[in-house]
Amino acid sequence: MADEEDDIILSELPDDELTLQMHDDLYDGLKEEIEEAVGILLERGWTPYDILTKALVAGMTVVGNDFRDGILFVPEVLLAANAMKGGMAILKPLLVETGAPRMGKMVIGTVKGDIHDIGKNLVSMMMEGAGFEVLDLGINNSVDAYLEALESEQPDILGMSALLTTTMPYMKVVIDTLIEQGKRDDYIVLVGGAPLNEEFGKAIGADAYCRDAAVAVETAKEFVARKHNQMATG
Amino acid sequence: MMPYMAPVAQIGGLGCLLLVSERTHDMTDALSRLLETRDWLLADGATGTNLFNMGLSSGDAPELWNVDEPEKIRTLYRGAVEAGSDIFLTNTFGGNASRLKLHAAEGRVRELNRVAAELGREVADKADHPVVVAGSVGPTGEIMEPMGSLTYAGAVEMFHEQAEGLKEGGADVLWVETISAPEEYKAAGEAAKLAGMPWCGTMSFDTAGRTMMGVTSANMAEMVEKLPYPPLAFGANCGVGASDLLRTVLGFSAAGVERPIIAKGNAGIPKYVDGHIHYDGTPELMADYAVLARDCGATIIGGCCGTTPEHLRAMREALETRPRGPRPSLDQITESLGGFSSASDGTGDEEPPARTRRRRRG
Repeated sequence: MADEEDDIILSELPDDELTLQMHDDLYDGLKEEIEEAVGILLERGWTPYDILTKALVAGMTVVGNDFRDGILFVPEVLLAANAMKGGMAILKPLLVETGAPRMGKMVIGTVKGDIHDIGKNLVSMMMEGAGFEVLDLGINNSVDAYLEALESEQPDILGMSALLTTTMPYMKVVIDTLIEQGKRDDYIVLVGGAPLNEEFGKAIGADAYCRDAAVAVETAKEFVARKHNQMATG
Repeated sequence: MMPYMAPVAQIGGLGCLLLVSERTHDMTDALSRLLETRDWLLADGATGTNLFNMGLSSGDAPELWNVDEPEKIRTLYRGAVEAGSDIFLTNTFGGNASRLKLHAAEGRVRELNRVAAELGREVADKADHPVVVAGSVGPTGEIMEPMGSLTYAGAVEMFHEQAEGLKEGGADVLWVETISAPEEYKAAGEAAKLAGMPWCGTMSFDTAGRTMMGVTSANMAEMVEKLPYPPLAFGANCGVGASDLLRTVLGFSAAGVERPIIAKGNAGIPKYVDGHIHYDGTPELMADYAVLARDCGATIIGGCCGTTPEHLRAMREALETRPRGPRPSLDQITESLGGFSSASDGTGDEEPPARTRRRRRG
């Protein structure tokens, strides 16, 4: 029995079985298997975009849901994200070449005064795991640092993180500056950090407060989809 | 000079050989001696919260103040001592190379830790009651292998560097805190061993009753008992609110370990009210928390974020004047301190629903 189970040969699985197997392998954080499977699907003529969305992102969604529901914890999620990254490294140049739609791009950093970055790093890794392009500005970012990065990167999303009650109000400073300069609506603004809550996110004018890294990914996907729809209809 | 220093530790002809380690615990250390004579000890409160109140700009490394603003650090320590703390933590939470690197101060680990402990020694030795200087050791902030890039050996090395500085400055005990990953906890313990220091270690249970890395209170109790160089005391600090922290302490004591348990909970939960933020835990609430913590089985009781000397005074008075009670139920905790952040904390019989995989491979 056990031997049989260990004996999965990825290249012998039909497409639908293989994508399901990839979901399992992502769940188990098996990077090499994911890289192999991405290669197999490319050989079978799948578009890079289909592999990204149907195999990788779909698999990471299961991981994200189980993290949200308290079934998986950070270590498992990071291993899964790492396996996903392995697949992404193969797909990334091909996605650019084929002009595939992007998942989205995020600029993220902890706000001025805040040096606590674990939460922000987790969001970064999980966003990358979900196929987003992430520019991580690190810790202690001033309004100017955020604005400069927004200008040069033109991301879809601005993410701000704070762990301290003394630093979280700075998020409002950044958002107010964006409003003043008439740029607020150019970006989806997501905020997070241990002392924050939904009420605070609303009070400072963010699009959403994200309780944890899994919620951040879900929220980012939702807002980016909404933005694309608006662009399509508008 | 040090009334609580057992004279026996100074006996013997090894003075020359042991010059550097004359304060080590070859007989007993200061904390063990206190634990022998008392059935509860009051630790300190917040470091960050209190330093911000003294004008630390957020974004600056608090550890730089050990050298730049020593009088303010003495004031911080004295605040805890004068409020009746038996133990206070040095201002070295972010004093490892990885955290100090964020401020381009990674070359100053030894110095900043040594000075913080020296200032602590100074304050403790002038106190009117025996006070333990606990050298605070916070997390590296990095994620360990295989998920992240920090190796176990690298973590041990970083913690060891910090431990040597704290030891040199005269800290009585290393105090590892706010740890999420079991590997990082173990690495800090190994560093304590390398430095020849006794240690205590707490983890932060902030994710539905578990640490960020998924460790439950029961997991931690089990891990601690298996360590080759175990801590003098173990427990929980920070996390969500006082209620959650006590649920974790109940989990520790249910595991049946005899090692003293540490409870250092936040003064309530930060609330955003009318444009500013405050912790909703009053001194009265923290007094109730302290007594309940003792009833839950904790021996070393203190606060964490938001806990000021005023809170500590109320906690001390409550611990001195109120009788011990029976082990409280979860309902009694929520009645006194407010609700939990999650329905379950991952201990007990309820297994989370496992995902059914198509096939599993090794």
